[in-house]
Formats: sequence, structure tokens, C-alpha cells
Amino acid sequence: MILWRFLGSRTRDYYGGVVLIAVALAIGTRSVAYGLGSLTNMGAGFFPFAVACVLGLSGLAIALGSRASSGDQPRKPRGFDLRGPLCIIAGMLAFIVLGKYGGLVPATFAVVFISAMGDRDNTLRDSAILAAAMVAVCLVVFWWLLQIQIPLLQWGGR
Amino acid sequence: MDQSLSSVIYGFGVALEPHNLLWAFFGVVTGNLIGVLPGMGALSAISILLPLTYTLSPVAAVLMVAGIYYGSMYGGAIGAILLNLPSHPPHAVTCLDGFPMTRQGKAGTALGMTMLASFFAASCGIVLMIFASPLLVKVAFKFGAAEFFSVMLLGLLCGGTMSKGSPVKGVAMTALGLLIGVTGTDIDTGVMRFTFGFPELADRVELVALALGLFGVADFLRTVNRFEAKNTNIKVRLRDMRPTASEMKQSFFPMLRGTLTGLLFGAMPGTGPTVSAFVAYAFEKKVSKNRANFGRGAIEGVVSPEAASHAKTQVDFIPTMTLGIPGDAVMALILGALLIQGINPGPQLITQHPDIFWGLVASFWVGNVLLLLLNMPLIGVWIWLLRIPYRLMFPSALFFIAVGVYSTNSGFFEVGEALFFGIAGAMIMFFDFPIAPILLGYVLGPLVEENFRRALVLSNGDLRIFVHRPISACFLGVCLLLVLGQLFFRLRSSRKAPTQEAGGAVISTSSANAK
Repeated sequence: MILWRFLGSRTRDYYGGVVLIAVALAIGTRSVAYGLGSLTNMGAGFFPFAVACVLGLSGLAIALGSRASSGDQPRKPRGFDLRGPLCIIAGMLAFIVLGKYGGLVPATFAVVFISAMGDRDNTLRDSAILAAAMVAVCLVVFWWLLQIQIPLLQWGGR
Repeated sequence: MDQSLSSVIYGFGVALEPHNLLWAFFGVVTGNLIGVLPGMGALSAISILLPLTYTLSPVAAVLMVAGIYYGSMYGGAIGAILLNLPSHPPHAVTCLDGFPMTRQGKAGTALGMTMLASFFAASCGIVLMIFASPLLVKVAFKFGAAEFFSVMLLGLLCGGTMSKGSPVKGVAMTALGLLIGVTGTDIDTGVMRFTFGFPELADRVELVALALGLFGVADFLRTVNRFEAKNTNIKVRLRDMRPTASEMKQSFFPMLRGTLTGLLFGAMPGTGPTVSAFVAYAFEKKVSKNRANFGRGAIEGVVSPEAASHAKTQVDFIPTMTLGIPGDAVMALILGALLIQGINPGPQLITQHPDIFWGLVASFWVGNVLLLLLNMPLIGVWIWLLRIPYRLMFPSALFFIAVGVYSTNSGFFEVGEALFFGIAGAMIMFFDFPIAPILLGYVLGPLVEENFRRALVLSNGDLRIFVHRPISACFLGVCLLLVLGQLFFRLRSSRKAPTQEAGGAVISTSSANAK
């Protein structure tokens, strides 16, 4: 509870800036490991290091700037919806896994069906019909016309 | 002058070759079709179809990609006017007066006039392209590594600071894009950078995966279950689309003023069509006699910004192709498509690849005529497409994204990349950061690094080379002015009204309306 109150007291910009600084630090240290070199003979890390500095500095400016103006921007009241994004992510993951081990038809069906179920207005039946229709489109356009290199159906990896 | 004309005729020869014409036609039609679909814009249209261009000849590929772009702009205007749904930011302005016109039953007039104005503006933009490009050929040989670095820096700065929202955030996202761009094998030293042990990343992050992740998947993640369903029962017949003589007269000068605004902004790199559309609308509102009618269905408010954004779109190809600085994310994607074909942008492009440049110019005209002829009779089909509900559209689009990304490299790793950038993009948007500069930075990243290194090798590590060469010094001077200007406006606006964010009234209204 205290944690949430602490988190809520900062603006979204503050966290955005902090994340940027963290990313910049990580990339900066990695760049040093790649070798900076000199201006005449630049190492692989020189350019990323320079850009990481810019990123870190702008992150700092954003984080500091947000403190000065905190309270100005009221948080937008927004319902938090997990089902939609989770289904979309699951659908894409299913496409990758099924595409690799199951073939094009199950992969196509899965990505359309699972992501369609993310929308609260779609019923199981709607999603299944849509997915079946997309499988048909996929067969004609990608398998037959464009000759995509995924087997239609298979068991296990190639 | 003579040279330009003969070049244009040569260009028509290239554009009308059956093979090229076919792909340009395909690009225009699919662009228009995808542009009409709610929630799908030029970016998703180009990225989904980009893998298809890998097998084409460079000329056909460029003509097709460009065709998708302006085709989707025509298509987007239809959704904006009939449904109040802008799929591409510049159309947010079109909604302001276009949708009220639809409610008054004047949808046909609005659509017809928009198409005429777009065609007129695009033609003017093409003419400017024809006459401005020989000038660029003259400066071409003066461009060395130092000049390229400075002009790209300017492009990045413009793209970062002039997009909507806070300029500092834009700069941060540009830097992030540059860092994503340098991922992979370093050309000079052979070191693998930021690959995290994935051999697939040695060959850079895939452009299509990044673009579809940031602009496709991320968008769906954020809008699913939040998309307002809108229904339309409008019927527009071909006959309704012909504007009356008085409507033509009423829209003629707004069309001209909008076109001029677009052409003027065309010379400014990094601004993109959104800014020119908003400026055109604001200007039109100021000079118009029937100011009170704006926002309630004034035809001037539809015609002028549409003309401005179409003129700007055409002229934008000049800085993109000859300087390598794209105006917005869509242009960055087109630049990426050029690079994939092994064509480096720069002032030398016109002389080195005349077939591409002049073929493109000529195909703009061919494409715009096709669009005009196509849109009038097909309006019924577009309206039917508009009725496809979002809940059925986004899962299908997700499938096209997955297959499109897969086919870039025949690998599922790239699909994972798209998912990763989709989640990252949704988080970045949650923090109110702009995502367009990321794509800009990604595309320009390797070019910036290469030219920076080369310039310093030439000067023996002396950083003053960037100031000693006059053209480079000019570009750096403009960069400095831009930064100082932003600081000045920020300080002034924070003193005046501490609650308001800097960024300019015009642009902040744009972000308010675009959402």
C-alpha cells in the first residue's frame, strides 16, 4: 500500500526518464567493453557509447523536468484491460511455436483464433469462423500464390 | 529546363513499362484498400507488403512502395470523412470538417472535392520535384562524409523535436532508434554488437519486424477492447461525388492555398505531412470569410489540409531520396526499402539511378490518375470495407503481420522480434513517448555512424572538419538554431503558462485530435 502511494506520487515521465537512464547505463558499459578506440581509429563501441550518453542525458532531463511539473498532469483514468493484450501476445507466440513444430495451417488458425478471443465482443463461434476463413485466405494467397516455405501440416521440427 | 523535360519523358518511358506499371498499379490499389480499413494506415500497409519487394527489381520495388503510400493517403481520407476515423495522423484535420459534412448528407461532395484537391496538389508537388531536382544535382559533387553526417544529424533532430509532444522525449527516442540501428556486426571491426548471443541478430534487427512491431502489434495491444465501434449507413453514389460549380468556386482558393502551404513545408526536412496539414487548416480558418462555419462542415476546411498533406507527401520524396532525411516514419520506411535494394540516398542518386528517380516522378502522375479513376467508381466497395468491425479486423491483420515478418527471412525469430518490439512499443506509448523517431533513428543509424567515422578518418581525428566545410557548417548551424529555438519557446511558455507543455499550439492540438 505504501509502495503504491510512493509510486503514485511520481509522474509517468519520472519513471520514463529513470528507465531511459538505466538503459543508457547498460548500453554505455557494454559499449566500453566493445572498445572505444580513438577519434582517428574508432572502435566498435565509440558510436553506441556517444549515443548512449545522449540517451542518458535526455533521460535525466525528462526525469528532472517531471519533478518540477509534477501534479500538473492528472493521470488519465483508464480501465485496465489484460485479456486483450494477453491474447494477442499468446496468439503471436502460438504462431511461432506451431509454425515451427506444427505447420502453417495450425499456426494460422491459432494466431487468428487466440487473438480474436482477446476482444470481448467475439464469441468462440465468431473467432473459429474467422480463423477458418483466414486459413482459407492463407492457403490461396501465401501457400499457393506466394509459395511460402512452411509445410502445411507436420509433426515435430524439421 | 529542356533537360528536365527530356528527363520526365524518359521517366514516363520507365514508368509505363508493363512490368513497372503493373507493380505501381498493384501498390496503389492495395495501398488504397488497406488505407480504407479502420485502424490501418500507410505504415502497416507498406511493412506488410515490403517483403514482396525483396524479389523485385529496384525500380518496380520503389514504384510499388511509393504507390502504397499515396494510395493509402487517398484511402485514409475516406475513413476520416465518413467515419471520423483518422488512420494516418494528417487525416485528423480532415475529420474536423469532413465528418460534419457527412452528417449533413454531403459526404459525396466532401469525398469528390478531396480527391480533386489531392490530385491537384500532388500534381503541383510533382512539378516542383521536376524543377527542383536539377539544382540538387549541382550540389551533389560537393557532398562528402562530413556533409552527410551533418545533414543526417539535422534530419534526426527535426524528426525528433518536431513530432508531437515534448522535444526531449523525441530526442531520447531518436537515440534509442540509433542504438537499435547499430545492433549487429560492425562493418569496420567485425565485432558483434548487442546481439545477446542470437546469431539471427548479427545481420541487424529486421526492418519489417521493427516497423510492424512498433506500429502494428503495439497499436493492437493498446486499442483492443478500447476501439469505439462506429457504424455507417451512408450511401454515396458516383453522381453525388461531382461537386457543383459553386462548390468548386468555393474550394478553389483554399485548394490553392493548401497546396502552397504543402509545397513550402516540403522544403523543410523532417516535418512530415501532419504539420503542414494543421498549418494549412489554421491558416485557412484565419483568412476565410465563413470562419464561423469551420468545424461544422466547411468544405474549405476539408480541401485545404488535404491538399497540403498531399503536396507535402510528394515533395517529401526530394529530401528523402536526395539527402537521406525522411519527413516522417512512413518516409523512413520507404528509405529503408531503398537501402534494402542497395540504393544509397544522396544528391548523387539522381545521376546514378536516373531510372529510379525519374521513373518514380512519372509514376506519381500515373498513380494519381489511376487513383482518381479508381476511387470514383469503387466508392461503394470502400464504404463496404469500412463496415468491417475492428474485432474481426485486428486478428486478421495480426496474421498478415506474422506471415509478412516471417517471409522477410523465412525465420520465426523475426516474428519474435516483431512481438518484442510490439510489447516494447506499447510500453513506450504508455509512458507518453513518441515512437516514430525510433524508426527514423533505426534507418539512419548505420549511415550516420559510417559517415561520422569516414569524416574523422579523412580529417585525422580533427572534429573541426564538420565546421570547416561550408555546407556541413550550414547544416550544423541550422541544428543549433533548432535547439536554441526549442529552448526559447520552452522557457517562454513555461513562464507564461506553467501548466502548458511546450511544443507549439498547433502541434499540441494535433496530438489532442489525433487520439
